[in-house]
Amino acid sequence: MLNYTLRRLLMVIPTLLILVIFAFYLMRLAPGGPFTSERPLPPAVMANVLERYGMDEPLHVQLWTYIKNIICCFDFGPSFAQKDRTVNDVITQGFPVTLTYGFWSAVFVLALGVPLGIIAALRHNGFWDYTMTGLAIFSQIFPNFVLAPLLVLLFTLSWGLLPGGGWNGGQWQYIVMPAIALGTSYMASVARLTRGSMLEVLGSPYIRTARAKGLPERTIILRHALKPALLPTLTYMGPVFVYMITGSVFVDVFFSTGGIGQDFIDGAYSRDYSILLGLAILYAVLTFALTLAVDLLYAWIDPKVRAGLS
Amino acid sequence: MKRRPFLITALATTFLTVPAFAADVPDGVTLAEEQTFTYRDIDEFSSLDPQVVEDRPGSDIARDLFEGLYNQDAEGNTVPGVALSHEASDDGLTYTFTLRDNAKWSDGTPVTAGDFVYAWQRAVDPELASPYAWYMELMSIQNGAAIIAGDMGPDALGVSATDDTTLVVKLSQPLPYFSKMVTHATTFPAPKWVIEEHGSQWTRPQNMVSNGAYVLTEHVPKERAVRSRNEMYWDNENTVLDKVTTLVIGDDAQGLTRWRAGEVDKTDIPAGQYPALAEEFPDEAFALPELCNYYFNFNLASGPEAFQDARVRQALALAVDREVIVDRVLQGGQFPAFSFTPAATAGFETPDVDMAGMTQAERDAKAKELLAEAGYGEGGEPLSFTYLYNTNEAHQQVAIVASQMWKQKLGVDVTLENQEWKVFLETRGAQNYDMARGAWCGDYNEASTFLDLLTTASGYNDAKFSNARVDELMAEAKSSKDPQPLYTEVEQILAAEMPVIPIYHYSTNMMLSESIQGWPVNNVEQNWYAKDLYRVAD
Repeated sequence: MLNYTLRRLLMVIPTLLILVIFAFYLMRLAPGGPFTSERPLPPAVMANVLERYGMDEPLHVQLWTYIKNIICCFDFGPSFAQKDRTVNDVITQGFPVTLTYGFWSAVFVLALGVPLGIIAALRHNGFWDYTMTGLAIFSQIFPNFVLAPLLVLLFTLSWGLLPGGGWNGGQWQYIVMPAIALGTSYMASVARLTRGSMLEVLGSPYIRTARAKGLPERTIILRHALKPALLPTLTYMGPVFVYMITGSVFVDVFFSTGGIGQDFIDGAYSRDYSILLGLAILYAVLTFALTLAVDLLYAWIDPKVRAGLS
Repeated sequence: MKRRPFLITALATTFLTVPAFAADVPDGVTLAEEQTFTYRDIDEFSSLDPQVVEDRPGSDIARDLFEGLYNQDAEGNTVPGVALSHEASDDGLTYTFTLRDNAKWSDGTPVTAGDFVYAWQRAVDPELASPYAWYMELMSIQNGAAIIAGDMGPDALGVSATDDTTLVVKLSQPLPYFSKMVTHATTFPAPKWVIEEHGSQWTRPQNMVSNGAYVLTEHVPKERAVRSRNEMYWDNENTVLDKVTTLVIGDDAQGLTRWRAGEVDKTDIPAGQYPALAEEFPDEAFALPELCNYYFNFNLASGPEAFQDARVRQALALAVDREVIVDRVLQGGQFPAFSFTPAATAGFETPDVDMAGMTQAERDAKAKELLAEAGYGEGGEPLSFTYLYNTNEAHQQVAIVASQMWKQKLGVDVTLENQEWKVFLETRGAQNYDMARGAWCGDYNEASTFLDLLTTASGYNDAKFSNARVDELMAEAKSSKDPQPLYTEVEQILAAEMPVIPIYHYSTNMMLSESIQGWPVNNVEQNWYAKDLYRVAD
């Protein structure tokens, strides 16, 4: 198990390196640059600006300097668009925001999606099943750019219960709507996934055996059926959780949370190369970490997987 | 050297009505208990360093945090800031500013002429590499260009402090509007001791020292920036608002929703919603003239052969019904344009051009006639070209409408092409287009900020228009005491040559809560100062 974890961790380094190189060159292929503007800079001013940001060097030298600075000093460079700030600043300020509402959104997804799925499976083809399936399909076809304005219309304009946006240090009133808007369609998927796998598990021979032994239904569901039934949900939640905590561009922009989702889009538009690279690396590292965590959780839940690993 | 008082009479009247340059609360108005103002910005600012800031959101905040030599009043006129007055030498090459002796930085240090010298040198210093260094070049300060190019040290800049309250500026050429340019953020003073201590971190709330009416107390990037009263400000007594908050709200519709919910006092109006909002909130919906124009560039360097014929350009310009674009498509109180320079520009009188006086039917008839004369359109050689614009709903609508008008009236086939902003800029800048959208906002309130753009040497002349007489007139205008007749002649040449088709002049659309008073609605540059605003009780 430890061996496996270490092997996985070691693979991260070359993968990241490939990602950085690929992303670095890909970005530079796009026409325009961080200092392209409606008012073209006079050549002397442009030369000074490029020199200051090291952009007067050949591309491979810039790439090497970039990688060197990360390895030696964990320095991801200055932001080109937000001139008073570095990429480290931008991420340390914005990431906790998306992490916070992304986390609560994930809690919302699991706390609502899993029970809904279980109930639907237990009341298979009954009233609750149809209600739940209907609700799940409804939430899934309801994109967040429709849901978010609707939430604001109700909670802010009609009832005056919640602020229409902002973050304000992360008070709970500011988290509710972004978390719901971000999570609703995932919640629906989780409910459907849980329902499906629960039905499959409930039909398997060992559950029949357990029932035949006369175990109470409660024990059968919670002790024997739930854990294996959660496996597909877990696989699903790994990448989804990364997506959630790195922020949805839409939710960040719409609710003005100040999270890093907004930096993705702004960075792309303003050709803020260093921000985009920094975010790509963050995204990659989180994806690695969470897929690894999911795999380890798998091993913990499923003895078959555990046996395979060791 | 004989010196003549330049601004003195103008200022004398200003001084008599003190406090004309602070919040001017009329008698009988009950002020709200909580003097706060919260407004929406679409984007996070680029910087709060006055020498680096290059965007409107940043400049709006910088004007509150710092005070330059002059401020603008509600009409956009220059009024004393740190400087009380100035004198210009007869040859117009030396400006001597007299600074007030009671101006202080927020840490209590007096604001001196030396702080301006430091700031201006900093702005052109290749080490700071400010993208806005060009503004100092535009101000024609002696040796500015050479310092930017690295040929001289920043010390060589034509600005010096004779003593703490006397700032002397030397120009490389006379510039009649020079004194108007010192209200710009690039020219604000900078606290050397703070910058040397904190480096690039000096604009953080905990480090920042500023000399304006407000100090930065909180900044959560991409979410909010809060400024509070600067107790050290020389006119703090006459400042009314205690706290000003900028909220970054990227979505226009969401900005409006939060304005409706009372979370912000001011927000922009989403495209196309002005008429409905003006009806619903007649006292709170504003459409104000703005110093910006919108036009179509002909590519005269490498565009279609037909564009070399002024009659074709004229015909295309005539056939565009600007009223339809402004009143039916954009609906935001924009102004149909027949001149390049907006009518709202200070001192600018819109010249009489034939096209402006015609009805649209007459214009259409003339357009057909001209196009036929040139041998194109119905009965002649077919004319087709591509119109390029940057991806945006409003630009798309304008493009569709204009191309329909050309098609219906002149039988011209136009292919529309849109590109993402930076791609568009590159394409247009490299003249890889037939016809392309253009827009320009004035850097200062004077016609040359627009007309310079169409001189041969201009780096922003995307049409690549070149006319010796225009170049000559614009050069002459730089040192002329009364440049207006020269500008009129330039506009007349442009109307005849039509290197670009002026479509409309911009308006600023905003919702501003009734409780916020003192907004400079007549300042076409929309340069506002929180110290001039106040909140009345509901």
